[in-house]
Amino acid sequence: MTNPLALLGGFVLDTFARVGFVTRSFGGLLGKAPGALRRPTLISEQVHFIGNYSLLIITVSGLFVGMVLGLQGYYTLSQFGAEEKLGQLVALSLLRELGPVVTALLFAGRAGTSLTAEIGLMKAGEQLTAMEMMAVNPIQRVLAPRFWAGLIAMPVLAAVFSAIGVVGGYLVGVQLIGVDEGAFWSQMQANIDVRRDIMNGVIKSFVFGMAVTFTALFQGYEAQPTPEGVSRATTRTVVIASLMVLGLDFVMTALMFNK
Amino acid sequence: MSNLVEIRDLQFSYGDRPILQNLSMDFPRGKLIAVMGGSGSGKTTVLRLIGGQIKAQRGTVAVNGEIVNQLDTDGLYRLRRKMGMLFQFGALFTDLTVFENVAFPLREHTQLPEELIRDLVLMRLNAVGLRNAAGLKPNEISGGMARRVALARAVALDPALIMYDEPFAGLDPISMGVTANLIRNLNDALGSTSILVSHDVHETFMIADYVYFLSGGKIVAAGTPDEMRRSTDPYVKQFVNAEPDGPVPFHYPGKSLAEDLGLGGKR
Repeated sequence: MTNPLALLGGFVLDTFARVGFVTRSFGGLLGKAPGALRRPTLISEQVHFIGNYSLLIITVSGLFVGMVLGLQGYYTLSQFGAEEKLGQLVALSLLRELGPVVTALLFAGRAGTSLTAEIGLMKAGEQLTAMEMMAVNPIQRVLAPRFWAGLIAMPVLAAVFSAIGVVGGYLVGVQLIGVDEGAFWSQMQANIDVRRDIMNGVIKSFVFGMAVTFTALFQGYEAQPTPEGVSRATTRTVVIASLMVLGLDFVMTALMFNK
Repeated sequence: MSNLVEIRDLQFSYGDRPILQNLSMDFPRGKLIAVMGGSGSGKTTVLRLIGGQIKAQRGTVAVNGEIVNQLDTDGLYRLRRKMGMLFQFGALFTDLTVFENVAFPLREHTQLPEELIRDLVLMRLNAVGLRNAAGLKPNEISGGMARRVALARAVALDPALIMYDEPFAGLDPISMGVTANLIRNLNDALGSTSILVSHDVHETFMIADYVYFLSGGKIVAAGTPDEMRRSTDPYVKQFVNAEPDGPVPFHYPGKSLAEDLGLGGKR
């Protein structure tokens, strides 16, 4: 019979070793990232690939989330006779939380899975090994440009999501339900703080972009080079990246909005 | 030094499973040396050790006087610039065209102007007969063509050492003959040293200067292709004549059929 203490000890050691390996990999990627800036075309190609291709799902989702916020916000605010605050509610919800968080979740599902599958299949097809044998570091040549692209694309996509969401809230709240248009925009303008609300939202989306893109690249790079291995890695990307986004969101919200 | 690659007393295992044991091999400059053997004999492992993809537990692998298993990452990358490798299925970059695949090492390691890169790539593609396929993607060409593109890419930087991992696997007889001739011609034209890992006897004997036979991680025979054809070694005879049974048994080692059927037979 195996000693339960030995099992626990083994689990703890494995966990630490895994955390150490992931941290070292993240450090390795950060170390190679500046070198990738010397090849801006590689980064712009990836921004197009992972940013542009995510645009449709982000735009449509942003519109619907904004419309739902407009409806739910109106039902709640009207109970207190505060319908004119609808613009503020929609904008704050989107800028502080829903914009960065939902965009990051969609980004993990759309671009993250695509990155993991691409890197995993490159590994399975010996393309990464071939690169290494050509004395080209795949972390710098393949992973780093995609990492930069994720960092650049995520805040832009979150901004698009929030902007379209505000339009969705306006369409439902003002055009459909009949909330006063002047009140909708003026309340929003008067109560949104650039640093506290917009900048914090941008910081969140930047951090989420880093977490999701690194997770996707790491899972692809460490995937078993088989169809089953790539499939599992892709699933892990969605699960781990989503949980990281939600966990990081809680921590950052607690730090940013603690007064 | 007459040998470009020297392997001495090499031992390598995956975990507890020994792959290579006390292996010593020489690969003279300018020669085309074949490493042959059945599946699992450790021949691809030899290539991976020479390329520094894996490190031996004991012994040395020297390429051009540098001990590969003692080099750091920078040293290894410096050494690999003098190497070219053809992978079993080409390992072409699927998002790049044939032209861009061949241009890849030139773009990564040289500062050559675009016009010169274009000329060099077209010359390499012309050498493998695929100049007119330059604009195609890897998924638009056949397996044999992909192998030839990979060959053009492997020699793009005029390497001193070219390694071929099963270059004939899965090719039709015409493509096999074309690839074999290309390997020999490129070796002679570039003055490089080639290491060819294969289990295709006919093509390999046609082009190799010297052959090592590996079995169970050890050299069981070595010599020129003619010597190997005349060899009386049971393993070489079985391999060269494609005999189904011999030193390499048909059956996976284990219990006998009689034992498995409960008939009381012995192994």
